[in-house]
Amino acid sequence: MHQPKHQRLALVVIAVVVLIAASLIATWALRGEASLFYVPSQLVSDPPAPGRAVRLGGMVEQGSVVTRPDGVTIDFVVGDGKARVPVEYSGIVPDLFKEGSGVVADGRMQANGVFKADTLLAKHDENYVPRELQDMTAAQKQAVVEDTTK
Amino acid sequence: MIAELGLAALWLAAALAGLQLAAGALSLRTEAGDDSDLGSVVRPAAVVQGILCVFAFTMLLWLFARTDLSVKLVAENSHSMKPMLFKVAAAWGNHEGSMLLWVTVMSIAGALIALIERRLPERTMRATLAAQAFVGLGFYAFLLFSSNPFERLNPPALEGLGLNPLLQDIGLAFHPPTLYFGYVGLSVAFSFAVGALLTREVTPAFARAMRPWVLGAWIFLTVGITAGSYWAYYELGWGGWWFWDPVENASLMPWLAATALLHSASVLAARDALRAWTIMLGVIAFSMSMIGTFLVRSGILTSVHAFAVDPERGTFILALLAIYIGGALLVFALRAGSVSEGQRFALVSREGALVVNNVMLSAILGVVLLGTLYPLLTEAMGVRVSVGPPYFDPVSAIFALPMLVVMAVGPLLRWRSDRLGRVRWQLAVIGTVALAAAVAVLLLAGAGLLPSLGLVFGAALLVASVLPLKGRSLRLLPLATWGMVVAHFGIAVALLGMASESAFNQEKLAAVNVGETTQVGPWKITLERVDPIAGPNWTALEGVMSARYDGGAPIVVTPQARTFWAPPQETTESALVTRWNGQLYAVIGKEAGQGRWQLRLWWKPFVPLIWLGGLLVALGGALALVGRVATDLRRRSAQRRIAERKADAAT
Repeated sequence: MHQPKHQRLALVVIAVVVLIAASLIATWALRGEASLFYVPSQLVSDPPAPGRAVRLGGMVEQGSVVTRPDGVTIDFVVGDGKARVPVEYSGIVPDLFKEGSGVVADGRMQANGVFKADTLLAKHDENYVPRELQDMTAAQKQAVVEDTTK
Repeated sequence: MIAELGLAALWLAAALAGLQLAAGALSLRTEAGDDSDLGSVVRPAAVVQGILCVFAFTMLLWLFARTDLSVKLVAENSHSMKPMLFKVAAAWGNHEGSMLLWVTVMSIAGALIALIERRLPERTMRATLAAQAFVGLGFYAFLLFSSNPFERLNPPALEGLGLNPLLQDIGLAFHPPTLYFGYVGLSVAFSFAVGALLTREVTPAFARAMRPWVLGAWIFLTVGITAGSYWAYYELGWGGWWFWDPVENASLMPWLAATALLHSASVLAARDALRAWTIMLGVIAFSMSMIGTFLVRSGILTSVHAFAVDPERGTFILALLAIYIGGALLVFALRAGSVSEGQRFALVSREGALVVNNVMLSAILGVVLLGTLYPLLTEAMGVRVSVGPPYFDPVSAIFALPMLVVMAVGPLLRWRSDRLGRVRWQLAVIGTVALAAAVAVLLLAGAGLLPSLGLVFGAALLVASVLPLKGRSLRLLPLATWGMVVAHFGIAVALLGMASESAFNQEKLAAVNVGETTQVGPWKITLERVDPIAGPNWTALEGVMSARYDGGAPIVVTPQARTFWAPPQETTESALVTRWNGQLYAVIGKEAGQGRWQLRLWWKPFVPLIWLGGLLVALGGALALVGRVATDLRRRSAQRRIAERKADAAT
């Protein structure tokens, strides 16, 4: 570190090495830890490994919400018009969680085929459809609504 | 009429910004000091622009206060039945209004620079104001062409749609403006960086001129993040204080960049080193606030609390982002080589520690940025993912933990060059505290790896942060040094709060009958009754509970489940009991059949330390800011006295 140029170079090299390390670690971790988003038909046709954190989005089927005797665990079905996934959740449901509206659940598939949700996200807006579901065409949405209101 | 006045003022302000840019840019070609040239209109233009923007924003406030339903924005975001405070707050609780607030704050900052700042060479000053006008013009265009807050509604609405009830909260009413002050402060830092780069005047004087703005922005960001975290904690009813939500990351990333900038600007101001790096951070910090705005406003990422979602606006902000960052990087590429390199220093020195801190902060920033943008990248490839705490917690910790070590040791080191041996007894103290904390954590057991590390590092930093006070006269210690000590101490306090909450948090979820008692941690809680109650624009079911800590006197706790009718929506109002050693957090849910009510209860040991720490960090910033400004004023008046004496001697 006698020459200012050398010192500058050393600093730049250290900074670059750390930043490259950061991005490598980050990308590696992202592969393992990012939870994939599934709609029910994907979850059924190509199920993730049980226990892997995933995110499930779809519509809560009409008439499917059942509260267990403990008063705090609910079972319901999330559908996308093509497939249906049973979901179990313990906790206070978010304010806009209701039958016939969209929901996104963070959780994992269990070996028994029931999705255990840790968190339910229902956006704080009465018009909310999960953004992941916005790509569904109007006809698809209609089908989901009809399917779930039967 | 009021709306038209506001709009006219806005157009005039935009025109002045155009003049400010043109005059500032043209005056760069001429030599400074020639007052007859075009450059002399730059400062007055900035001042008048500020006044016009304040006028326009006042008009918008007035429209909201009167609930003028012939204005589209008012009809969409307000309601005649709302309390006055929230009527006014609704003015900035939406996209258009908050953009106008942004432009207003930015133009006020420009006016202040034009009025006050005399330290820099006049040419650099003009270049800075021109850069600021350049940034401002983008926002004016955004407002006037795509988000006009004064747009009329014909025919007028009969009643407004109301404000999102979640936003009807005193904390949230002031939360976005706080963050905006931070973002705008960084835009000023950006202008200073570009201005200095254009005239090649990257000097300690430049760092001293820029530093108060960075400090101010950083204080607002710190307060904003702390308040936002507390708001999410008590208002969403989930009992969590940080979710790594894109909207939260949007405020964290500029904070990380501003923290790095603050430290590198200090090196530049004190030691005339890290010139190019400081400029680069100035550009990055503002870019981060633009990226944050883009993420929040475009709704491009799924977020629990994104609002005002509109792809067209997202595209507009993206275009602005590309122009600003691209432009600044271009100038940087052309000029950075000519910014001479400054003073040398050894790696073991105050500067060296600050460089390590900067690199680590940048690494954390990169990690958060990647995690936040990753869903976008994969979505482009047709795969939808969400990235949460399992990624952010460990990966940011990898870089945060070494940074905490440097934070503990760095302030003990001397500038230029030092030996670790000189501070060996301090290192021994820090090491002993860390060891004792590690033993205590192992004995308590049960805590996860990250919370345990947090407790150990937090305890060590708590002690290390006050060590620089040893052997110095506390009365004579400069305010800025006090600021550093308090801010570092605050980081340790916040870290201890986070680690303690994660390690020892206890939760109870139950459906209970009236009269029944349930338990969480050391608390016994009895549901006494459930009352229907009514507020100004909501009704609610209120659970009345009595909570006893360890058999002590009962404390009444009243969580509510509120129903708003405009717009129709339900919210959860949690109830908190704060003790010195933690917080009881209670939420009431739905009726659960057989006369039972859902209750969710948490005992969170030492959780208030998180926000107390955040406020201490901001207080440290405020002390440093006051200290710096006071020093500058003293220096300036001393210089004036010397100049007067010289003039006297000459006559």
